[in-house]
Amino acid sequence: MAERGATPNVSPLRRRVLKAAGVLFTPLLPDDYLELINPLWSTRELRGRVERIQRETDDAATVLIRPGWDWGGHEPGQYLRIGVVVDGKHHWRAYSITSDPGREDGFISITPKLVGSGVVSPHLVRTLTPGAIVRLGGVEGTFTLPDRLPAKMLFISAGSGITPIMSMLRDLDHRGELRDVVHVHSARTLDEVIFGGDLRAIAARHDGFELHEQHTAEHGRLGPRDLDRICPDWRERETFISGPADLLDEHLELWDADPEADPDRVHLERFQPKIGGEGSGGEGGTITFLKSDKEVEAPGDQPILVSGEEAGLELPFGCRMGICHTCVGKLCSGKLRDLRTGEVHGKDGEVVRTCINAPEGPVVIEL
Amino acid sequence: MPTMIESPLAHLSEEQLEELGREFDAIHDEVYEDLGGRDREYITSMIEMHRRLAVMGRVLLFFGRSNPAWLLGTSTLSLAKILENMEIGHNVMHGQWDWMNDPDIHSTAWDWDSASTPEAWKHSHNYVHHTYTNIRGKDKDLGYEIMRIDPHQKWNPVYLGQPFYNLVLAAFFEWGVAFHDLDLEAIQKGEKSKKQVMKELKGMGRKAARQIAKDYIAYPALSGPKGFKRTLTANFTANIVRNVWAYAIIFCGHFPDQTYTFSQKEVENESRGGFYIRQLLGSANIEGSPLFHVISGNLGYQVEHHLYPDMPSTRYAEIAPRIKEICERYNLPYNSGPFLTQLAMVQRTILRLAFPGGTPRPKPGPYRGDDSVPATNGRRTGPAGPEGSGPEQTDAGVRVEMPAN
Repeated sequence: MAERGATPNVSPLRRRVLKAAGVLFTPLLPDDYLELINPLWSTRELRGRVERIQRETDDAATVLIRPGWDWGGHEPGQYLRIGVVVDGKHHWRAYSITSDPGREDGFISITPKLVGSGVVSPHLVRTLTPGAIVRLGGVEGTFTLPDRLPAKMLFISAGSGITPIMSMLRDLDHRGELRDVVHVHSARTLDEVIFGGDLRAIAARHDGFELHEQHTAEHGRLGPRDLDRICPDWRERETFISGPADLLDEHLELWDADPEADPDRVHLERFQPKIGGEGSGGEGGTITFLKSDKEVEAPGDQPILVSGEEAGLELPFGCRMGICHTCVGKLCSGKLRDLRTGEVHGKDGEVVRTCINAPEGPVVIEL
Repeated sequence: MPTMIESPLAHLSEEQLEELGREFDAIHDEVYEDLGGRDREYITSMIEMHRRLAVMGRVLLFFGRSNPAWLLGTSTLSLAKILENMEIGHNVMHGQWDWMNDPDIHSTAWDWDSASTPEAWKHSHNYVHHTYTNIRGKDKDLGYEIMRIDPHQKWNPVYLGQPFYNLVLAAFFEWGVAFHDLDLEAIQKGEKSKKQVMKELKGMGRKAARQIAKDYIAYPALSGPKGFKRTLTANFTANIVRNVWAYAIIFCGHFPDQTYTFSQKEVENESRGGFYIRQLLGSANIEGSPLFHVISGNLGYQVEHHLYPDMPSTRYAEIAPRIKEICERYNLPYNSGPFLTQLAMVQRTILRLAFPGGTPRPKPGPYRGDDSVPATNGRRTGPAGPEGSGPEQTDAGVRVEMPAN
């Protein structure tokens, strides 16, 4: 089974009418015919039309997308799985949403940076044209602004790590909440700063927004210790960091080592969620795959999906990181441990994702 | 006992089979490497064409009140149904388009306008028939358990009726196939649980109910009291046309005279190469125009389809010359013939084998190149296989010395 887009927000009445009309189209759906007129009308999955593509730097571009149905909303800082067809094949990738939820035109945007060896980002940055149809998957991510905005904030980003922060800044800007915000952003050169123009414009409009751009090719890299110079009150600020892994790690170390800093006030965006990680594994157990008619003895720190595959089963999967819900199966009995959080959960009859859950004791799953 | 015809399989050494396996694998890999945008464009435009034709047919039948309109509407709808079953449904469910990773055009998601549920079909066709092709006693498509299509099958008085129920099967092919998918033999032998049978019957019932509701109730009702019967007969006709066409194409796939069947002993410990050769010998192509191949779901390339069931159908025509070339090099037959000739052979066999006795029909022998290509004096001109393999590449051809100036 291949990954598909999120279920769109379609009114129950419309769904009922379409279902009733299904008798004329079986085994196809009215959707299959309506899509010939406009592919955005699919009620099976959310799609979007590319409206505009704005070049940000030499190798980054913002893609503005009009969702087919009302946008279900996102929190600034979250990311979106997006499906595009490149040379006949569907590919899915997760990108931070760079637009804020308050856009009047209802568009959303992502801002991919070209990865030379990649398949999807060269397509998005170089060959995509307005009018193209993309599939929009689930929105996820916990790198978001707290409900109650902290009085003082610090954003630290590097390279394309700016993308989730841009959505936050735009949101704060719209809401008039840029009261005391410091942003330290590193890029190789002035020209390589994604959103450079937008950032400087926001800084010009708001006294409460202080932007520090570091062009590393000219002025060298910033270390965590440079914060004392650039933002001496960093210990008092709710901090959001987004960028390469070493940027995150070295800053976390600083917060951990400094007795006056509170590591709980640091928020991170890791683009690859750590599945497993510190102490997330539990006791494991026997997994019974009902449809495949197979029992597997599985460890507690390994996703059900992997345990099943190791036993030779062909199970559905998509993103393998808990986003796309392609791998789901019905949990008939037993408890699971979410390997991202370590949380134990599971109700009988619940539909669960096999790619991020491990068994906690014996489980029966309808797969 | 029918006389045995020696199968070309017996001429091939183990090494040759191994080399053949590699050569056939290489063609598959090469095509898969190359799949891309143009292939996707083909299947999506084919799907679009089916939907447009279906709408056109239904609209013509809805508004048209004249006999020519009825005929045109019925023909359009028949063509739509044929495309939907053959070039689209059959091929999508083989997984030919799974490489696109498209959530809709995918073997796990596709359902078709036929009495067979996708699950039952994928089991009886993709698995049983394509794995055990033409192995007597294992390939249940050999005569579909109701006909004697091979002289090795033991005669039974029931077969006297087969010329008649052959016709019934042609008209109601999809229903025949759906019952065939149930695998009555397995039920009798107790290989299939009652629960499984019930589940399959329920699935079939659901498909049947939906088809009846659509073609024989909903659309006729939409046409109003005056148009009810007209639309109903049109839809019925379109379903019959589709059935007869599918029957004709499918029966020409394995039952013409050229094809070989295999005893279970012959295929014991079969190698990869052996599998390919069995598919090659057990299938027969139908010659026709590009349009013919589209409306027959490219099953006119039955040989190529059986070698590579999961290869997008558009590629069969492209690889056919390479398959022929292999056949030429290894002294193997490449079974093929015009549509009506093939169909006539199949009908002759069905009539003949209704009665006791019968022998396998004479086989055409190794493929000797295209008739349209001028003869080459018996000298082989095809390229050698990898590392000069192939039994006929012993000499290097004529060496010519260029005259010195």
